[in-house]
Amino acid sequence: MNFPILSSLILLPSIGALFLFFNKSEKKNNFTGKYVALFTSAVNFFLSIYLWILFDPTTSEFQFVEERIWIKDLINYKVGVDGISILFILLTTFITPLCILSVNNSIKERLSEFLIAVLIMESFMIGVFCSLDLVIFYLFFEAGLIPMFLIIGIWGGARRVYSAFKFFLYTLLGSVLMLVAIITIYWLNGTTDVVELYNSGIGIKYQNLLWLAFFSSFAVKTPMWPVHTWLPDAHVEAPTAGSVLLAAILLKMAGYGFIRFSLGLFPTASEIFTPLIYTLSVIAIIFTSFIALMQEDMKKLIAYSSVAHMGYVTLGIFTIQQQGIEGSIIQMISHGLVSAALFLCVGVVYDRMHSRLIDTYGGIVSIIPKYSILFMLFTLAALGLPGTSGFVGEFLILMGAFKDNFLVAVIASLGVIIGAAYMLWLYKRVVFGKLINTDLKQMFDLNRSELFILSCLAVPTLFFGFYPDPLINTIEVSISDLIDQYNFKLASKT
Amino acid sequence: MEISIIVLPLIASIISGFFGKLIGDRSSEIITSLLVSISAIFSVLVLYEVVVNQYQENIIIAKWISSGSLEVNWSMKIDSLSAVMLVVVTLVSALVHIYSIGYMSHDPHKPRFMAYLSLFTFAMLMLVTADNFIQLFFGWEGVGLCSYFLIGFWFKKESANKAAIKAFVVNRVGDFGFALGIFLIFYLFGTVNYTEVFAEIPNITDKNLVFLGITFNAVDLICLLLFIGAMGKSAQILLHTWLPDAMEGPTPVSALIHAATMVTAGVFLVVRCSPIYEYSDLALNIVTIVGMSTAFFAATVALVQNDIKKIIAYSTCSQLGYMFFATGVGAYNVAMFHLFTHAFFKALLFLGSGSVIHAFKDEQNINNMGGVWKKLPYTYSLMIIGTLALTGFPFLSGFYSKDAIIEFAYLRGNTTGYYAAGIGIFTAFLTSIYSWRLIFKTFHGEYNNKEIKIDETHESPIVMLIPLVLLSIGAIFAGFLFKELFIGYEGLNNFWRDSIFFLKPLSTDHPPLWFLLLTPTLVILSIPLAYYLFIKNRNLPERFASINKPLYQFLLNKWYFDELYDVLFVKPSKKLGLFLWKFFDLKIIDGFGPDGISSMIKKFSVKANKFQSGYIYQYAFVMLLGFSALLTFLIVK
Repeated sequence: MNFPILSSLILLPSIGALFLFFNKSEKKNNFTGKYVALFTSAVNFFLSIYLWILFDPTTSEFQFVEERIWIKDLINYKVGVDGISILFILLTTFITPLCILSVNNSIKERLSEFLIAVLIMESFMIGVFCSLDLVIFYLFFEAGLIPMFLIIGIWGGARRVYSAFKFFLYTLLGSVLMLVAIITIYWLNGTTDVVELYNSGIGIKYQNLLWLAFFSSFAVKTPMWPVHTWLPDAHVEAPTAGSVLLAAILLKMAGYGFIRFSLGLFPTASEIFTPLIYTLSVIAIIFTSFIALMQEDMKKLIAYSSVAHMGYVTLGIFTIQQQGIEGSIIQMISHGLVSAALFLCVGVVYDRMHSRLIDTYGGIVSIIPKYSILFMLFTLAALGLPGTSGFVGEFLILMGAFKDNFLVAVIASLGVIIGAAYMLWLYKRVVFGKLINTDLKQMFDLNRSELFILSCLAVPTLFFGFYPDPLINTIEVSISDLIDQYNFKLASKT
Repeated sequence: MEISIIVLPLIASIISGFFGKLIGDRSSEIITSLLVSISAIFSVLVLYEVVVNQYQENIIIAKWISSGSLEVNWSMKIDSLSAVMLVVVTLVSALVHIYSIGYMSHDPHKPRFMAYLSLFTFAMLMLVTADNFIQLFFGWEGVGLCSYFLIGFWFKKESANKAAIKAFVVNRVGDFGFALGIFLIFYLFGTVNYTEVFAEIPNITDKNLVFLGITFNAVDLICLLLFIGAMGKSAQILLHTWLPDAMEGPTPVSALIHAATMVTAGVFLVVRCSPIYEYSDLALNIVTIVGMSTAFFAATVALVQNDIKKIIAYSTCSQLGYMFFATGVGAYNVAMFHLFTHAFFKALLFLGSGSVIHAFKDEQNINNMGGVWKKLPYTYSLMIIGTLALTGFPFLSGFYSKDAIIEFAYLRGNTTGYYAAGIGIFTAFLTSIYSWRLIFKTFHGEYNNKEIKIDETHESPIVMLIPLVLLSIGAIFAGFLFKELFIGYEGLNNFWRDSIFFLKPLSTDHPPLWFLLLTPTLVILSIPLAYYLFIKNRNLPERFASINKPLYQFLLNKWYFDELYDVLFVKPSKKLGLFLWKFFDLKIIDGFGPDGISSMIKKFSVKANKFQSGYIYQYAFVMLLGFSALLTFLIVK
C-alpha cells in the first residue's frame, strides 16, 4: 500500500476548508459553500469505508502506517490504525457530513466560517485517532479544542462566552499536565513513538505520575465526575451542530486515549488507579442520572445523560476484560450515534419553537408523528433496550465489570433503572400528553433533510443492535492482544 | 415452518406499523390477524409434533453477540415447554387480534394498535423460544416495551402515560436483578446457553461467593436474582404495583399481555430454570412464600375494588401467585398447567369485561352497572363460564389445575408446603367471593347507571363474540383434556421429558379425601353466600365495611403500597436529583472550581491593579519598605 490513505483522510477536510476560505462569498445563503463542505466530508466518509474494507482484523499490528521525519531525532509524523482506532475514524467521518447537512436550519449567520470550523475539526479528530506519536497526538488533541471553542463562542446562545471559557479553562488545565508528561516520557525513553514505547515499556518509578497527568487531561474530556460541569453548559450554549460534534466525537477522544495510552503505556499504574476510576465512574453513573431526572432543559438532560453513559465507558475500559473493553468501544460508537441523534431531535423542535424547555412542549405526537417515532427510537437506544446498539455496549460493559468487581457492577446496574426513568419521563413530557400550548399546532413534521439525517443515524443504531458482529469483529483481536500485553507487562513489572 | 411462527408476527407488525396509512385500517387489521392466526396454526402443529412424535430441536437462526468467550445466537429452541408456550401465546394473540377489530372500531389509530399487538407477539415468542439467557432478556425487555406502548396507547390521558412509565420502570427494577443473575451465570460458567449452564449446575452446588462480607451460595444467589426478574414481570408482591395501573390500556391489551402471556413470563422463567432451582431449597422456599403472599394479598384487595378491570387484574396477580407457589413446591408441570388453563379463562374474563365496558360506553365502575344480564345474554353466559373456570368449579379447567396446585403443596410435606396449601384453600374461597361479587354487581340487581338508559346498552358485535366463544371452549375443556398430558404420571416421562427437571420425583400419593373435597365445597358454597351478600342483603357488606373502617380503607387503598413507594423512592429520587444538581454541581463543584477560581483571579487582579497607581511617592515608599525589610533580615541573620 503506497497510497497514503490516512494522511489523505486527515488532509482532505482541511483542503475543503481552505477552498471555502478563499471562496468566501458575502451572500447570506452560501449554497456552494455548503455543497463543497458536504462533498469533501462525504468523500472522506467513503474513503474511510474503503479503509475499513482494506483493514485486516486478524492482526493487532498497526496498519497503513506512514512515517515522515518532521524534526530530526525529535518529532516524527507517524500515523497508523489498529482495531481500536479504526471505528472512531469511521464514526468521525460518518457524523461530520450529517452535521454539515443539519446546519441548514440552525446556523443563520457566517455559514462558511462555521463549515470551515467543522471541517478543520474533522481533520484534527481523525488525526487524534490515528497518530502514533505522542507529540502529534497532543497537537491534534489540543488543536481540536479550538474549532469547538469558536463554535460555542461565536454561534452559541446567550451565555456563550461564559460557556466557551469554562470549556476552554477546564480542558486546557488537564492538557498542560499531559504535555509535561509527554516531555518527561521523551526524556526517559528518548522517543515519543507509541509503537516503540509499547515495546520498551515505561519505568515503573514514573508510571504513577505520568498516568495521573494523562488522566487529568482525559478525565476532563470524557468528562468524568467531578470535572463534568463544563459539559452541560457547553451543550446548552452550542448550536445543534456543535452539540452533535461535541457529544458524538469530541468526548470519544478521551475514551480512546484511556485505552491507547493509559492501558497501553502504564499498565502498573492503571492497575493501581483502577479503584479510583471505578469510584468516579460509578458516582458519575448514579449522580448524573439523578441530576438528569430533574432537568428542565432538554439539552441539559441529554448532556447529563452523556456523562452517565461515559461513566459506563470508563468503567468498562478499566475492567481489563474482553467484554468490558469491547463493550466500552461499542458503547462509545453507540453513544456517538444516539447522542448525536438526540441533540438533533432537540434541534428539530428548537428550530420550530425556539425553546429548549421541556415545559414548552407536550402532546406533539399527533402533530409531528414522524419525528415522534424517530425520537422514540433514540430514547429507547439511550436507555439501552435490547435490539439497539446501546444495549450491546452497556450489557457487555456490565458483564465485564461483574467479572472484576461485584459491587461496582451492582451499583452501575442501578443506573439502568434511573436511565429508563429519566429518558421515558422526558419523552412523555415532550411528546405525549394533552396539547396545552396551542402554538405547537403550527409545528411541521420533519423535512426531507432532517428525516434523512435521523434515518441515517437510526439504521446503524438498530443494525448494530441486532448484529454487532462487524464492530466486534474489527476490534476483537486488537483488544485481546492489548489485554495480553497488559497482563504480561504487569507480570514482568515494566 | 418453525421460524415462520416467530417471523410472521414481526412482518405483520412492520406492515401495519409502517404502511398502515397506505393500506388502510381494514387491511392492516386483516393482515395482522391473518398472519398471527397462521402463526397460531403452525404452533398447534408444532405442539402436535412434540406430543406425538417427541419432536425436539434447537434451531440457530443467526449469530448475535460474540465477545471473547461470550457466544450468543438468535435461536429457536423447541421442546415441550416452549411448544406449550408457543400455543398459548399465538392462540390467545390471534383471538385478541380478531377481537380488537371490533373493540377498537371507533379508535382513530387502528394500524398502530395492531402493529403493537403483533410486535408484542413477536417479542413474546422470542422470549419463550430462546436457547440462552440473553435472547430471553431481549424478549423480556421487548415485551416490556410493547406493554409500555400499549398501556400508554391513549397518549392524551395523563394517567395512561404515568401508568406506562410506571410499568416500564418497575419492570426495570426486576430486570436489574435478572441482569445481575445473567452476569453471575456468565461469571461462573463463561456461557449463557441453557444446556451448557444446566449441565454445569450440579458441579457448583457447594460454591460460595462473598458479597459485601456476606457469604452466599452461588446457586441460591443465581436463583434469587433471576427470581427478582420474575417477580417484576409477573407482578408479585412488592413489584406488583404496575399491574393494576396497567389497566389504563385498552382491554384487549389487558387480556393478551396482562393476563394470558407476558405476566406469565416469570413463571416460565422459573420453570425453564428448574435445573437450577431444584438445587436451591432456599430459593424454592422463597418462591413459595412470595407466591402464596401474593395470592393472598391480591385476593384481599380484589374483594373491595370497584373497577371491573382492576378486580380482574388483582385476580391475575393472585393466580400468578398460585403458579409461583406451585413451582416453589417443585410442581413445575402443575404450574405450567395452571398457566395454560389460566390463559383461557382469564383472557375470556378480560375480553368479556371489555364487552361489558363496550356495552356501557366506557364505564368501568361496577357500582354503575347491574341488572343487564337479559340485555347482554352472550356476554353474561360467557362471563359465567369464565368465572366458574377461575373459581375452580368442578370439572371446568380451573378445577383441575388449581386443585392440583393445592394438592401438590400439601404433598410436598414440609412446613412451607402446608402453609401454602392452607393459604391456597383460603385464597380459593376469596377468589370465589370476589368473582361472584363482580358477576352479581355487574349483571344482577338493579340497573344503577344514570348516564345511559338501559335500552341503550347493547350486545357486542359478532367479531368480538367469536373469540369469546372460542376461549370459553378452552376454559371449559382445557383442564379435562390436557390433565393427563400435563400433570398425569404418564406425561411426566413422555411429554415434558428433559424440558423440566426434577431432582426428586414428584410424589404420586393422593391426599386424604376430605382434603380433596374441601376446596370444591368451599367454592360451591361461596356462590349462594355471594348472592346473599351482594344481591339479597346488600347492607351487610356495607355495614361490615363501616364497622371495620381501617381494614376496609387498608384494602381499598391496596395495602398502601403506592403511597409507601412514593415516600420511599419517588420523592427522595427527585429531591436527591435536585440536591445533587443545584447544590453539589452548581454550588460546590462550580463554586470552588471554575467560577471560584476565576472570581479569585479577578479579585486578585483588582488588588494588583491598585498597586500600579502611577504615583512616584507610593513606589518610593514601597521600595523603602522592601529595602529596610531586607536589611533587617540580613542584620538579624
